[in-house]
Amino acid sequence: MGAREAAGGAPGAEASQVAFDGIANRALKTGRHRLLLIAVLFVIANFVVGLRLVDVTVIGDGFEPRFAAAAAGVRKAQFQRADVFDRNGVLLASNLPTASLSADPAKLLDAAEAAARLSRALPGLDRAALQRRLETPRRFVWIKRNLTPAQQARVNRLGLPGVAFHRAERRVYPLGRAFAHVVGFVDIDNRGIAGIEKTFDEELRGVREGPAAPVYLSVDARFQHVLREELARGMQTFQAAGAAGVILDAATGEVLAMVSLPDFDPNDPSQRDGDARFNRASLGAYEMGSTFKVFTVAMALDAGVVTLSDGYDASEPIRVAGFVIRDYKPEKRWLSVPEIFVHSSNIGAAKMALDIGAERQRAFLSRVGLLDPAGVELPEVATPLTPSPWREINTMTIGFGHGVAVSPLQLAAAVAGIVNGGVFHAPTVVKRAPGDPSLGWRVVTPRTSKLLRGLMRLVVAEGTGGKAAVPGYLVGGKTGTAEKTGARGYRREALVSSFVAAFPIDDPRYVVLVLYDEPKGTAATFNYATGGWTAAPTVARVIARVGPMAGIPADDPEGGEAARGLLVKIAAREGPGVAF
Amino acid sequence: MISLARNDNSVVGRWWWTVDRWSLLALMLLAGLGAVLTMAASPAVADRIGVDSFYFVRRQLAFIALALALMFAVSLLSPAAVRRLAVAGLAVSLVLLVATLFVGSEVNGARRWIRLGTLSFQASEFVKPSFAVAAAWLFAAHRLNPAVPANLVCFGLCAAVIGLLILQPDFSMAVIVAAVWFAQYFLAGLHLGWVALLGGLGVAAVAAAYLLLPHVADRIDRFLDPASGDSYQVDTALEAFMNGGLVGRGPGEGVVKQTLPDAHSDFIFAVAGEEFGLVLTLALLALFGFVVLRGFARVLAARSLFVVLAVSGLLIQFGLQALIHMGVTLALLPSTGMTLPFVSYGGSSTLAVALGMGMVLALTRRGVGAEGAP
Repeated sequence: MGAREAAGGAPGAEASQVAFDGIANRALKTGRHRLLLIAVLFVIANFVVGLRLVDVTVIGDGFEPRFAAAAAGVRKAQFQRADVFDRNGVLLASNLPTASLSADPAKLLDAAEAAARLSRALPGLDRAALQRRLETPRRFVWIKRNLTPAQQARVNRLGLPGVAFHRAERRVYPLGRAFAHVVGFVDIDNRGIAGIEKTFDEELRGVREGPAAPVYLSVDARFQHVLREELARGMQTFQAAGAAGVILDAATGEVLAMVSLPDFDPNDPSQRDGDARFNRASLGAYEMGSTFKVFTVAMALDAGVVTLSDGYDASEPIRVAGFVIRDYKPEKRWLSVPEIFVHSSNIGAAKMALDIGAERQRAFLSRVGLLDPAGVELPEVATPLTPSPWREINTMTIGFGHGVAVSPLQLAAAVAGIVNGGVFHAPTVVKRAPGDPSLGWRVVTPRTSKLLRGLMRLVVAEGTGGKAAVPGYLVGGKTGTAEKTGARGYRREALVSSFVAAFPIDDPRYVVLVLYDEPKGTAATFNYATGGWTAAPTVARVIARVGPMAGIPADDPEGGEAARGLLVKIAAREGPGVAF
Repeated sequence: MISLARNDNSVVGRWWWTVDRWSLLALMLLAGLGAVLTMAASPAVADRIGVDSFYFVRRQLAFIALALALMFAVSLLSPAAVRRLAVAGLAVSLVLLVATLFVGSEVNGARRWIRLGTLSFQASEFVKPSFAVAAAWLFAAHRLNPAVPANLVCFGLCAAVIGLLILQPDFSMAVIVAAVWFAQYFLAGLHLGWVALLGGLGVAAVAAAYLLLPHVADRIDRFLDPASGDSYQVDTALEAFMNGGLVGRGPGEGVVKQTLPDAHSDFIFAVAGEEFGLVLTLALLALFGFVVLRGFARVLAARSLFVVLAVSGLLIQFGLQALIHMGVTLALLPSTGMTLPFVSYGGSSTLAVALGMGMVLALTRRGVGAEGAP
């Protein structure tokens, strides 16, 4: 209290002291006023800092758009690509949540050390290359995409600053190779680049019409497995370079199965190149050979050019424009129309095509969709090869399937249009809602359709397609064997052998097509590699397995009512007609 | 302490009943928070430069203990003793400041430290409080007796200190010294015309620095246009505040300390924001504001011009430094290395702040300011 007492009383009252006190008091007064001003400024500054703190930490500030934009980007990445299902809801394509790892090189403390530790944690990462990338002046570098949870945990344990995980998704194809060509696949950024994934990329990503919508395909995973397995077996047996197969719903044109071999695993990007990626079923264009006689006979009957009792002389090969048209197994006699079909006479088919004429032939083939790319929802679609100009010789060769190259899918769809009562549907891989209005158009009369079914049944029952017979099922079909073209005309040893079938042939529900590219004959086939020896047995196996799945009852193999209804009268020049 | 009787007439007893215990409490709280934040921020920095994780923690705890002791000791002094201590301190630190220019160790192109074994010493930190008190004495002397040419002496001293700081160079500290000196001159009754003139001179000096000192120009350019250069540190600091949000990520959960080079000193406020959130950063801001305004309120009642000027100078320096530190980490000011008093790591800075605050406590003891003119 000493200080207070000392200050409290003024010891002297001299004039100078009074003057001094006056100056001191004035100075103190000024000082106090000015100190108040400084205090106010200080309080304002504190408020500014306080507001800024609230702004930055809780409200967000001028930086917000930058971070919000980044957040929006993340949200977009979380947007899952929609799934793909088969017609029964079997999952064909889906996503796995994964984490992708990136780095901000500016935040890394030591690029060399980070590269060393990351390459230890993530085998398969090249350390030197990673270090080079981590030393770039960029602020964002991908280290590895789609880490497994275990890998993510290992990287987390490294505790490296400057690396970040991003929610990502990886496209997976649970059925693997089975649907490699139909479903296709995506690139590293999950953009569809083949098959359905490409066609429906925007719908699956949800770009165009609101949220991502799953796609239901018309395919049936069970049919697909059967077809692929049997094709693979046949390809192995006949050492073929490739194989293609299609199962169509005869009434709607829906693709129930479509296989191209060799195939690949769409889950493994390294397999996606080369021959395996080629979809022989829709992108391959082949001269189909004798299966085209289905169309020649159908258009001739439909146009009234011939009747079943008419016929042509097939005793001599035709020499025209430097070509010789001869039969594979010459009968060297007059052949009725059914005989031409059943014995697959090129001479007869050529003469029949000549009677039809180029114009009608071209118009008919166009109506069954064989002269334009198939309107299927796949990016991999073949453009048919057609002659130009369409000369007489072309008309004749096209009559037995040479001179026009089409895809197996197109051929199957066209055959379906002939046998299903005469209404053609463009093939589709997308499931049709039941009751969808039919978009098909009539190509032949129901009567012609029925006649062709009878003829196709005859091929299996008595002709070149005997190996396609399935006990209990009424199968009808047509063989096709074409020589592939080489540098110098057709090559005898390189065949495209096929068989197209419909079953049950009395009221077809399915069209099955099998094609082998360059099959080799075996001892069991007496070294024959034709459609009847190679593709027909495969069709039989497929039908034998698919029929029960589809709930089609197995009939008495010797016929019954349905088989008798198909009987075709075969006319002979001498003697009475014989009914097969 | 509680056992001290109201009529205890010992030195400590009188100190206890006259000192501003609220300010004392606030300063000790700040030092405590500084210790906690050093523990949060410095191990990451220590690991990065390859010393033992708790190297900085141990040192800072020792500094804080020393600083509190120093603050207590200085706060026992009478105003006259404070003045003498300041003048002596100013003389010593001016010599050291000159010596720094010749024997100082160079870090990042600046000579600011004198190294003695494992200790390094930043003379400029001690110049600040001692010069503020010395300037207060000179201003008061001239104001009360204009015949004394103290103002000229003061002006010369100020020029010398600022010149030495710019030679280091330590531009931001020069700005602080100049600003405090100017504020004291203003409080001492500088004619408003002169205030305008000197204020203009200050602006001109900053402009000159911008034009003449490349690193100053660079900092200011980057502040005015973040796109013109690397604003990485400030961006990272802002990110830290955003990550922290209201209550923070939790002690030790922050990540900016891994990447900010001076997380334990120049950017400790960002670490506080990230790990403890808005709650703690606002509390720190309030504590600094409280210490300054409380001190101002105490000296408003003082009857000695010297005490008013000295305490105001010391508190303005304390508050301004805190504001600059917080402003830089919040991207309100151009980037500069400024410690947060009592909170940032650093021996010289902690001890110098303790010296200054000890003087404030000594000069604001009840009854002391009424002593009259020196």
